[in-house]
Amino acid sequence: MNQSSPTFRLRVTRGGPGRGSRVEEYVIPWVEGMSLLEALFWIRENLDPSLAVRFSCRSANACKECSAHVDGTPAYLCVTRAQPGSTVRIEPLPRRRWLRDVAVVLNAEARS
Amino acid sequence: MAASFQHIETDVLVVGSGAAGMMAARAARDHGARVLIVDKSLLGRGGATVLAQMTVAVALGDAEPDDPTIHAADTVEGSRGMADPAIVAAIAERAPEVILEVERYGVHWARSHDGKHSQVVAPGHSRRRCVYVDVLNTGGALSAGLRKTIWRDPGIRHMSNVAITGIVVQDGVAVGAVGFRLQDLGPVSLGAAAVILATGGLTEIYARSSASANMTGDGYVLAVEAGARLRDMEMVQFFPIANLYPPLVGLDPIMWDPFRYKLGGRLLNGRHEEFMDSYAGEHAGQYITPRDTAAYAIFSEVRAGRGSPHGGAFLDFRMLAEDRLREAFGPVIDILARSGVDLTRDTVEVAPMAHFMLGGVEVDESMMTTVPGLWAVGELIAGMHGANRLSGNAITEALVSGRIAGEGAAHGGSGHPSAAAFDGPRRDEWERLQRFWHPREVAHDEVSIAALRKRLKRLMWEKAGPFRTEEQLAEALTELGQLEHSVTEAAMAREDSFPLSLLDKVDMRHMVLVSRAVLSSALLRRESRGAHVRLDYPGSEAPVSIIGCSTRGDGQWDVSMSSPLAEDVRR
Repeated sequence: MNQSSPTFRLRVTRGGPGRGSRVEEYVIPWVEGMSLLEALFWIRENLDPSLAVRFSCRSANACKECSAHVDGTPAYLCVTRAQPGSTVRIEPLPRRRWLRDVAVVLNAEARS
Repeated sequence: MAASFQHIETDVLVVGSGAAGMMAARAARDHGARVLIVDKSLLGRGGATVLAQMTVAVALGDAEPDDPTIHAADTVEGSRGMADPAIVAAIAERAPEVILEVERYGVHWARSHDGKHSQVVAPGHSRRRCVYVDVLNTGGALSAGLRKTIWRDPGIRHMSNVAITGIVVQDGVAVGAVGFRLQDLGPVSLGAAAVILATGGLTEIYARSSASANMTGDGYVLAVEAGARLRDMEMVQFFPIANLYPPLVGLDPIMWDPFRYKLGGRLLNGRHEEFMDSYAGEHAGQYITPRDTAAYAIFSEVRAGRGSPHGGAFLDFRMLAEDRLREAFGPVIDILARSGVDLTRDTVEVAPMAHFMLGGVEVDESMMTTVPGLWAVGELIAGMHGANRLSGNAITEALVSGRIAGEGAAHGGSGHPSAAAFDGPRRDEWERLQRFWHPREVAHDEVSIAALRKRLKRLMWEKAGPFRTEEQLAEALTELGQLEHSVTEAAMAREDSFPLSLLDKVDMRHMVLVSRAVLSSALLRRESRGAHVRLDYPGSEAPVSIIGCSTRGDGQWDVSMSSPLAEDVRR
């Protein structure tokens, strides 16, 4: 990767029940306006397609599928912007049944 | 893998849970049927409805005298000669009833000072006809209201994260569906007296797309493989002024449109000159240009070297006072400020974006496909919009077609075979999926299907987007063949908990098949009409021909044109 192009780091919880939990760190080329969800897409396209995350509307904060813990606070990945030079921790939402990586069981009706 | 299987029986099975699917479920239940509604994403959250920020066209006659027959005539007029008048009439006729119905589910249509529904005009509609929910919340409110009304009903079962991969057809009649559960991977079979497909469109095949990522064209493939026909697959609507630059998060990319309507925002080319008047006779402060013409005008400026820096047009609100902007944009002003946009000072860049699939599954005015027992609703159907959709007609189509199909399916089903009859189809489909996912045993996915998907989206955008030529369409077909080969050959790792890569491969197969249908149909239509612009055939032919798609049963899709320009190509 070109030294001069800006990057940032994501530290993402990987694994699932019965297979343990670990934190993987990824260095991601930053693009203007990039969201954390787009950063996870970049990982799935370029480094590891097995990364599990829920998403649907992608950038409109409408479907509420891409919720996760970002630096310890609940957030929607599609509306949280990546900052060049930063390191961001992404974890599955706590107190939900953990499926794998960032994906949990989302009980949609409970929030209707 | 000894995955646990699941079989469920119901009267009416609904696949997909946007406005069309949820309304179909509600209507079937209202008419006494037991209903099962499934979605590959979360119920009522994926798809396009939840993103719809704009308006719904309905001849209520609250703002000025109106009638469903006038709504239908405007819609047919806007379709560039390609809508099916019987379908348009059926949908316009019941729109007032259905719009009032969803009010009971908590959808609060905006009211004017006199207490009547607030109805606004939109391009192509000859009356003030379009209702909406403030602020930019039409789709969100509809999704929430419909979700609540089906959730509370014990006669409606619902399952999220169930992907349907085949319709079960016995003796020519649809009797259920097969697929898999995503959360804990395993085969599923669903027996039903009637099946309603409500899977939405296919705009995910385009790099610039305004709809949800799960709109991968599933229903077109399910319908064709069950024996139904598609038509107008070359007709993809491109929304003219979707956001291009700066990148925004937390906003629907097409959200500029209602503000342009309310405030008379100006469209400027790269030289900061107004240009819409030379394409559509539209002058500053007006908003009368239909979507097909507006998209054509913007990209024509770009092609002539008069585009904005990122390849679109400037949208300008600078002539308006700050308090007027704040009043109209409300909380959106603050979201824009966080992206560094100050509309009193800055223009933004806008450009067309794939927005809506106009073509689709051939149905009659009862929304039944050519396969008995199989209905189709919402964006998935053809016939309502022809070659150009009027603003506001998508949710109308979703709600009314859903209600018509739900009622028909509740009464029109003929019972389904016993559970044992599904053992074979479920096992066969599961074995097919195993071979499809795992042609070889591998520890890690051999390729990233997500990366191939990105390639396909760029290919379709560049070669089958708003402007088309024979040469580019043919090139795209060749490249699509190579992509399909890469997808078919890819061996995926085994994974049984939320195996997103396996769903990716299923989605990608659908995207390849529907992309080929779009390309083959676009090649065959050697004219420009509405959303389909052929630079090598700029004029429109008369009379209008129809291009259809079906399968011969060997997996190959036939694409052929009806007379007068009878021609048949097999690809």
